[in-house]
Amino acid sequence: MNCLIINCGDGGRLQDAQQRAKQVRMSADDVTKGVACTLKPPVFLHFGGGDGKTQACCSGVCVIDVALPPGKTVNIEAIAFKNFYTALLSVRLQRRSPGQEGAAAKWCTALRDRPLMNNPHTEAGAQDYYTIDRKQMQVDPDDVSCVRLILKQPSSAWLTFSLEDVRIFPRTQPEPDKELSDWLLALNLLEGRPQTQVPVDAASVSCGLQQMWALSQVMQSSQSHAASVGRFDVDGCYDVHLLFLT
Amino acid sequence: MDEDAELSLTVSQLVRRLKGSHLHAEMEREARECLHQPEIRLDTLKDDVRKFLRTSGWERKLQNAVHRELHVGRLSPSLPVAPPEHLKEPLAYMRKAQASWEKRILKSLNSMSTELGVPLARMRPAAEQQDLSNKWNEMSTDEPDLSRFRPVYAPKDFLEVVVALRSPNHDSGENAGARSHWGLIQVPLDVKDITQLRRAYTELSLATGQLGIDDNAHIHPDLFENDYIDIGKKVLAEQDSAAAQQYSRRGCPTGLRADLWALILNSVNQPQDVMRYEQLKAGVLQHDLLVDNLIYKDVKLTASNDDDYFVFEDFLYQVLLCFSRDAAILEHFKHNSATPPKSYIQGKEGDEDYAVFYPPNGVIPFHGFSMYVAPLCFLYNEPSKLYSVFREMYTRYFFRLHSVSSACSGIVSLCLLFERLLQTHLPQLFYHLQQIGAQPLRIAFKWMIRAFSGYLCTDQLLFLWDRILGYDSLEPVAVLAAAIFAFRAENLMEVTSLASAEAVLADLSTLKVMPLIQIFLFAS
Repeated sequence: MNCLIINCGDGGRLQDAQQRAKQVRMSADDVTKGVACTLKPPVFLHFGGGDGKTQACCSGVCVIDVALPPGKTVNIEAIAFKNFYTALLSVRLQRRSPGQEGAAAKWCTALRDRPLMNNPHTEAGAQDYYTIDRKQMQVDPDDVSCVRLILKQPSSAWLTFSLEDVRIFPRTQPEPDKELSDWLLALNLLEGRPQTQVPVDAASVSCGLQQMWALSQVMQSSQSHAASVGRFDVDGCYDVHLLFLT
Repeated sequence: MDEDAELSLTVSQLVRRLKGSHLHAEMEREARECLHQPEIRLDTLKDDVRKFLRTSGWERKLQNAVHRELHVGRLSPSLPVAPPEHLKEPLAYMRKAQASWEKRILKSLNSMSTELGVPLARMRPAAEQQDLSNKWNEMSTDEPDLSRFRPVYAPKDFLEVVVALRSPNHDSGENAGARSHWGLIQVPLDVKDITQLRRAYTELSLATGQLGIDDNAHIHPDLFENDYIDIGKKVLAEQDSAAAQQYSRRGCPTGLRADLWALILNSVNQPQDVMRYEQLKAGVLQHDLLVDNLIYKDVKLTASNDDDYFVFEDFLYQVLLCFSRDAAILEHFKHNSATPPKSYIQGKEGDEDYAVFYPPNGVIPFHGFSMYVAPLCFLYNEPSKLYSVFREMYTRYFFRLHSVSSACSGIVSLCLLFERLLQTHLPQLFYHLQQIGAQPLRIAFKWMIRAFSGYLCTDQLLFLWDRILGYDSLEPVAVLAAAIFAFRAENLMEVTSLASAEAVLADLSTLKVMPLIQIFLFAS
């Protein structure tokens, strides 16, 4: 992926190629590790407690805003995260349409109440890894400037809940392969005229080929395919005196 | 992930697992040999070869292999975002508990080795190898001095670990409410309730005929048994693993059980089994392990004292000693929360080139371990076949009974299922037992950790294990434990101490397993 065939004779195209290489390198990092984004601290919603007499109680809803680098918008391919006792997840996106720089960005719901835990009172799915693909979202997650994750955990069985290790993967650009195909085309033209078709007897060819295959089978039958039982010793030695406590 | 992507990921994982296997090599060879046949034509080569493989039964064998892969461990459907330890066990606190339990076991084994002056492993001198080879078929006549050895741990030690599990994020508040759990297990795992169990185990319902109930001597065999056996013979003729598994849910006839279980576990390659067994036997002859003494001790303490199993003592040594040498078992640790103990060759500590696992299969036997093998001796009298079936049973089911995990067939979930069923359906009994200090799990745990082997009489035990294989789950074990308490509830309500409760439940050899399960699930 990283080796571009550069036509050394052409200085202008060399510069273009270097530019494209830089672009490819930048998005390669984004693709493997996700776009650099900052998670704001989770905001747990409470109700009551405003009048100072009653204690505020947790509503079981928490909001985490994921801010992308300022001024940058992302076309999201997937959002990956590790769950920590969240039962339901909703995702809202703030999209800034291109070309309308002055207009306010609009919020829309990409995912509503996706269950992460089968039963909010039990541990199943509580610490699992999830990926939300763009195909699972209700709107196209393009030109996104901010992502809001709304977490719900209705069960009172848990002390806290959140998401960990949230990563946003951008849509990958198609590979710039124009450079490569130009070079190949040039090579083909140098080869000369195409070969003429010779009429072939299919039956005689198949006969010949079958004989060849039979020969190759004889050669290969000497190779043994038997799955070997793993040896547990090291060169016949298995003198072990103490177990290793990691 | 959308379904198509998930399916193609699963398929590619399966292909990777099956590539390079013995089946793959055999199919390639068959495909090459069929090229000699006249009906294979060059222009339709691919389709003709495929048709040949289908009609000669190889497609069925491939189907069975895929069926096995789908049932052994979990294929991780998610993108490779999750680290490998997550596949072993998703909950961090369970992994930690398992790790600290393992550390205790390793320390215990190290100190045993040091105190007794017996090395963990040593090469046998040639004379000793020859001697052992000569008496391979009668190792029970050997009377080694095992008085200094003691089992590394017993089920009750493991019970304490399981009972001590706490979920750090769980709010186990002081206020007792409808949610409060009277039992010993305090982690909120997802277990089925009676309604869900009834849906999952429909084949055990009152209206469905099955072995263990409808093959009773008083019932004419034409009403159910004869037809059922005919269906079983057809299933065996088809050689289809999935069909055999479905069939096994209603029990396996005694004459067909051995072949049916081997088919379900896809343990049907006789020449390969024999070859592997011989290689493992060579490993036993070459090296002597401390773990061997633990195996001897366990067999002498448990199976040899059992009326049903003492005749199989020799088989048990032959299987378990080879089991310890089988490095292929290490494969199953990918989906087992346990980790195989590691060591180094003497003098090369720290050098990764000389790192080894001890024992070679990574499994340290505990008191009662040999009872996993004993019932199988009734089905298979050929040691290589017996070994192959036991290996599959262990790497699919039995390993879950002695490791800390949140899996639904894991021992923790089974204990919780047992306690929940009892508390929901026999609250008076549970409360009474709790008050007299006889927590039901303290009695039932030893049954469940052995999947009832050694507690039920053998034909009843095999009916239970039919259902374990048929449903690919150990839940029937927990349901049976609750059903036994329900059956003896009247007597248990009279007792006033843990000892007398144990006495009421000491002898299970007269129990009929399937009626108990059926009544508990469908008629209570």
